[in-house]
Amino acid sequence: MKPKTVISLGIMAIALAVLSYFVGQWSYSWLPPQASAESILVDKLFSTLVAIGTFILLGVTGVITFSILFHRAGRYDTSDGPPIEGNTTVEIVWTVIPFLTVIYLAYFSYQTYQAMNIQAPGHMHGAIDPVEKMADTSATTPMTNIEVEGKQWAWTFRYPEKNVTSTELHLPVDQRAHFVLRSPDVIHGFYIPAFRVKQDIIPFEDTDFEFTPIREGKYRLRDSMFSGTYFAAMQADVVVESQEEFQDWLNNAARQTPTPAPNQAASEYARRQQKDEQFGWKTVPPAPAPMVNFHS
Amino acid sequence: MTQASPEALRDREYPLTSLPNWRTFFSFSTDHKVIGIQYIVTAFFFFVVAGIFAMIMRGELITPEPDLVDRTVYNALFTMHGTIMLFGWTFPVLAGFANYLVPLMIGARDMAFPRLNAVAFWMVPVFGILFILSFLAPGGPAQSGWWSYPPVSVQNPSGVLLNGEFLWLVAVALSGVSSIMGAVNIVTTIVRMRCEGMGWFKTPAFVWTVMAAQIIQLFGLPALTAGAVMLLFDLSFGTTFFDPSQGGSPVLYQHFFWFYSHPAVYVMILPVFGIFSEVFPVYARKPLFGYKVVVISSMIIVALSAVVWVHHMFASGTPPWMRMLFMFSTMLISVPTGIKVFAWVATIWGGKLRLDTSMLFALGGLVNFVFAGITGIMLASVPVDIHVNNTYFVVGHFHYVIYGAIVFGIYSGVYHWFPKMTGKMYYEGLGKLHFWLTMLGTTLNFLPMHPVGLMGMPRRVASYDPEFAFWNVLASIGGFILGMSTIPFLLNMIGSWINGEQAPANPWRAIGLEWLVPSPPEHENFEELPVVVAEPYGYGKSEPLTENLGG
Repeated sequence: MKPKTVISLGIMAIALAVLSYFVGQWSYSWLPPQASAESILVDKLFSTLVAIGTFILLGVTGVITFSILFHRAGRYDTSDGPPIEGNTTVEIVWTVIPFLTVIYLAYFSYQTYQAMNIQAPGHMHGAIDPVEKMADTSATTPMTNIEVEGKQWAWTFRYPEKNVTSTELHLPVDQRAHFVLRSPDVIHGFYIPAFRVKQDIIPFEDTDFEFTPIREGKYRLRDSMFSGTYFAAMQADVVVESQEEFQDWLNNAARQTPTPAPNQAASEYARRQQKDEQFGWKTVPPAPAPMVNFHS
Repeated sequence: MTQASPEALRDREYPLTSLPNWRTFFSFSTDHKVIGIQYIVTAFFFFVVAGIFAMIMRGELITPEPDLVDRTVYNALFTMHGTIMLFGWTFPVLAGFANYLVPLMIGARDMAFPRLNAVAFWMVPVFGILFILSFLAPGGPAQSGWWSYPPVSVQNPSGVLLNGEFLWLVAVALSGVSSIMGAVNIVTTIVRMRCEGMGWFKTPAFVWTVMAAQIIQLFGLPALTAGAVMLLFDLSFGTTFFDPSQGGSPVLYQHFFWFYSHPAVYVMILPVFGIFSEVFPVYARKPLFGYKVVVISSMIIVALSAVVWVHHMFASGTPPWMRMLFMFSTMLISVPTGIKVFAWVATIWGGKLRLDTSMLFALGGLVNFVFAGITGIMLASVPVDIHVNNTYFVVGHFHYVIYGAIVFGIYSGVYHWFPKMTGKMYYEGLGKLHFWLTMLGTTLNFLPMHPVGLMGMPRRVASYDPEFAFWNVLASIGGFILGMSTIPFLLNMIGSWINGEQAPANPWRAIGLEWLVPSPPEHENFEELPVVVAEPYGYGKSEPLTENLGG
């Protein structure tokens, strides 16, 4: 290659790298607020993937665009291009570079996953060496223990220490929360986008799950695994609050007598039965409304 | 053929007698070219049907409330959209291309087993109609998504035996049987019937990719079919393979399902890689760069495709070691696909480009595929996947692969080989209109799914929180444009076939055995079987491809 070509290619690569870096930074704003310790780790990995991806996408489309603009055959030009069939050096380079990139991304992802330490089904302590816990307080402070039940189509949360049940998930900020996820009917997905965590709940199997909320506010929990007719309605609010507010809420809820919680699937189903709708097919009836101390 | 036999003389006197008329296409023909077109036309029928389902869904999703159709209807629509698009459209249309082109490209007179070929095709309308008829089943058609995960799929609220899910499972199993028949036939044809002189490294890239795809069918489909049959027994005959309340494992079904259904994506994309590899050299007027690496990387994709299925189950009941192992194997598959992408870019580079419709679709498909590959790496990364799987991010990624790359590739192939198949030229202006509408619709429909998925909108919902409304309105508008984009295409194809200009044997000045015979080719393709003497894609070189047929 001519030195002039090398220099101009170098300049373009640097410009592309800078642009990709900024797209990577921009990508943080595409995601919901960072409300858990895990979300910070995931977002950093995602941003890196976006930056590398932007570089590749713009590189490839740039070359194609350049060719379309400057390598067009003239209207009456029926000649052929140069019969170049291959180039061993180039082919080795473009096999090795993607391979190394893949190794790097897999390693980075592995590190991130270890640091998240979110637990998983079949989790065995020591099966993978736990990496040093992050600089948060999760290792030292006590855990909040919550039993989560997802059923067609409602979420209920039980706090065993105070024997409180709720249809709204309350969590103290900066304290690692430990969940046992259960389902009595079909597979549900426990998913809170603001926390970047998700876990399928296999029916009749207890699944351990953990994460640390770090930002006060109200978030949305959704069912991520298709669970039947009223799947879309299977949502719940998640409230992250200070330790004191959380304790107040828990004590207050413990004093309430359990009542049936309102439920969107149940009310839609009841309406539908009354109307005797012409459209739509038979459905599995929703489970009875859960009896809870607290509902939103 | 030194001395003309009486049959050959008769054919010469009446060359048009062996050409099919319209009635032939409704008959049990054993001509691979007739079967190829039967597959392609049937597939386009199901493409339109499942596309209409998609537009009703996008109509539902244009507002957050579930107001256009009942939730059960919505669930049935997305289930049947996915199922019919895969089993009624993508697989059959690509089987059609393989059927039509492979014997011509390898210099054979027909497929190895012509009757098996016809039987495999005629199963397509049978199971396709079964899918559509299931809308009349008591309780409606299947409503558990095209994955059909238990226990949702074995809940049977209608209570009757002949329910939609039952019909769905029978149709899927039939589709599996049909595809296995096709795979046996195609692989045998490619291995045994290449003409004299066509060694493996003189075989066109399309033929290689078709063979690679069909090898996946042979090892993968038995797993899917077994899973479907076991699920059918759970649903209707009281077994409990997958019933967790009776000690069965729903996760086992997921393994059966994805062991085939992830590699199935390569079954669909590999022939499209083949189409790209045929189209770029013609319209760039350069040899396929790194031809040998391109064909070998297809076989590497086949090998890797057998060890990637668990990445669909990262958030399922999957232990951490499995998550890590399959993350690496899934990412690794980007290396052989990357090799192909770079090879195509290098083929285009420095060429003499002609932007005919098929070239436009190939270029658009390539760009979409690169984008889909990048989001694919994100989905392979376990921590990112934990956030985005089962959200619209996956729907966006998947549709960029299936529509952005595969459907674009199919369109590219249809335009490229239309003159060969029909003997008529298509209208270039309508073709270009079709391309730009498709590109606009694809981008507007599938790009917004990525941000809305990152925000946390789950897939398969009939209603959603108002915060997702903006991107959904854009996606719906894109979906309607995409629906409209098929109108100029259908007009063009039907109009040109009836009324188009007569096509010469080789309108694109392309190199390949199929371009050495008249358009459309006669009944047995080659009067005299070719003897290949050169590698394919000899653009810019003045060597003949065969020693006996010219070209």
